[in-house]
Amino acid sequence: MRMSTRRIRAIVRKELREYRRHGSVLVATAIFPLIFLIQPILVVFRASGDVAATVGQWHLLLYMLAIPVLTPAVLAAYAVAGERQQGSLEPILATPIAREEFLLGKAWAALVPVVAIAYAVYAAFIAFVGLFAQPDVAAAVLRGPDIVAQVLLTPLLAAWSIWVGIAISTRSSDVRVAQQLSLLADVPVAS
Amino acid sequence: MTELAIEATGLEKSYGAVKVLGGVDLRVKRGSVFALLGPNGAGKTTTVRMLGTLIAPTSGSATVAGIPLTPENGVEIRRRIAIVPESPGLYLRLSVLENLECFADLYDVPNPSDRIESALLAMDLTGRARDTCDTLSKGLRQRTALARALLSEPEVLFLDEPTAGLDPIATREVHELIDGLRKRGVTTFLTTHRLYEAERLCDRVAILNTTLRSIGRPGELRDQLFARALTVRTVALLDAPDQVLGGLPGVSSWRLDGQGTYVLTVSDPAVAAPGVTRALVAAGADVLSIGETSHSLEDVYLELIDESKATAAP
Repeated sequence: MRMSTRRIRAIVRKELREYRRHGSVLVATAIFPLIFLIQPILVVFRASGDVAATVGQWHLLLYMLAIPVLTPAVLAAYAVAGERQQGSLEPILATPIAREEFLLGKAWAALVPVVAIAYAVYAAFIAFVGLFAQPDVAAAVLRGPDIVAQVLLTPLLAAWSIWVGIAISTRSSDVRVAQQLSLLADVPVAS
Repeated sequence: MTELAIEATGLEKSYGAVKVLGGVDLRVKRGSVFALLGPNGAGKTTTVRMLGTLIAPTSGSATVAGIPLTPENGVEIRRRIAIVPESPGLYLRLSVLENLECFADLYDVPNPSDRIESALLAMDLTGRARDTCDTLSKGLRQRTALARALLSEPEVLFLDEPTAGLDPIATREVHELIDGLRKRGVTTFLTTHRLYEAERLCDRVAILNTTLRSIGRPGELRDQLFARALTVRTVALLDAPDQVLGGLPGVSSWRLDGQGTYVLTVSDPAVAAPGVTRALVAAGADVLSIGETSHSLEDVYLELIDESKATAAP
């Protein structure tokens, strides 16, 4: 089956417009990045040069990979259950859109902001560490392999979390239940 | 191109052991307006969902817009139809325009801005295009859903309870839209509880109560179900009604239906009425009125639904 990029784009655009105007989705999307940004910053801020080696072993950058695992759960869980809850699923499925196009549009719409947020948070963390942490601590935290792993794993983990969330969302009629189950499913990966 | 927009044979839907719809056979001509009437739970929405490819029938076959109803043809059928569900299902945080933009893309509409503009114009929504849907009244939301359905210029338009909850003015606007669609050759398949709506708008109606009870033109259903009759109203009761009314040409029987009102079963009201009038005048009766007994679609509906309840009772 040939997919229509126009229909997929229509879903992505619609989803992004909805996210922007949906207060609770915005708040829920902001919570995890803030938590996983503030905690490592506090650790780095409190660390002295003596414990640089220990801080280095904690792989703080990799710890922040919880952002692309947990944040999409909120958006992905809303994807289908949200449509069903507001009664818009039937009209959209009555159009020529194929199920695959619909779900792919939903997945892209969740992936794009989550990856952008995650990269922005990493950039903010790296900038903060580079500017304010003690040089030994900064050198221990900002290691090349960690940064490469961070960049590569972020979209992969986000994609995994999104498909899990969407799978749960398709079977759920309540958005909150879908979000809770998605988070629950993502906890083992995040931890 | 086939003359039929919809043709269904033995369409059935069951959920597990529960049969919600059984053996629906119907044919809808292109460009006509067809209504499915029935009480809640009769299977009207299920029928629309099956014909709209949203759910698969358990058994039976159908063609919609000339295309066989099969899972492989779902996308092709949905290109040619539009469905307006009972609840408009709009994206309430988006504006009217943004809702229409999204659906224009989903239908792959060429020149979407022109098509959106004409849909807005057709539904008198141009002034509200930038309003978010959560600020609209129920009637305006329904109009937006109808504008959304017009975007793809569908061959077949399914309207599930299109006037439910609308005020009389909004209802009239929807009726005018349906009349307009008929003139443009669009086949309209609607479900409704409003029997006068079906009578006024539809070329043919079907009465459904999990199985199809009857199908035809409203007038045909009346004639099938009710004998033709004359209603005669006199100032006072006739002294010897049987002598006056019995044995008149074209009158097969008569009955008293309230004070001074007689209902006469006739073969043809136009033929029988002059003879009945003459007989009444000759008998010295003061006649207030004489006319053909009219049965509404509501009478037909109630008769058939009562009949199906009686059949279903153990």
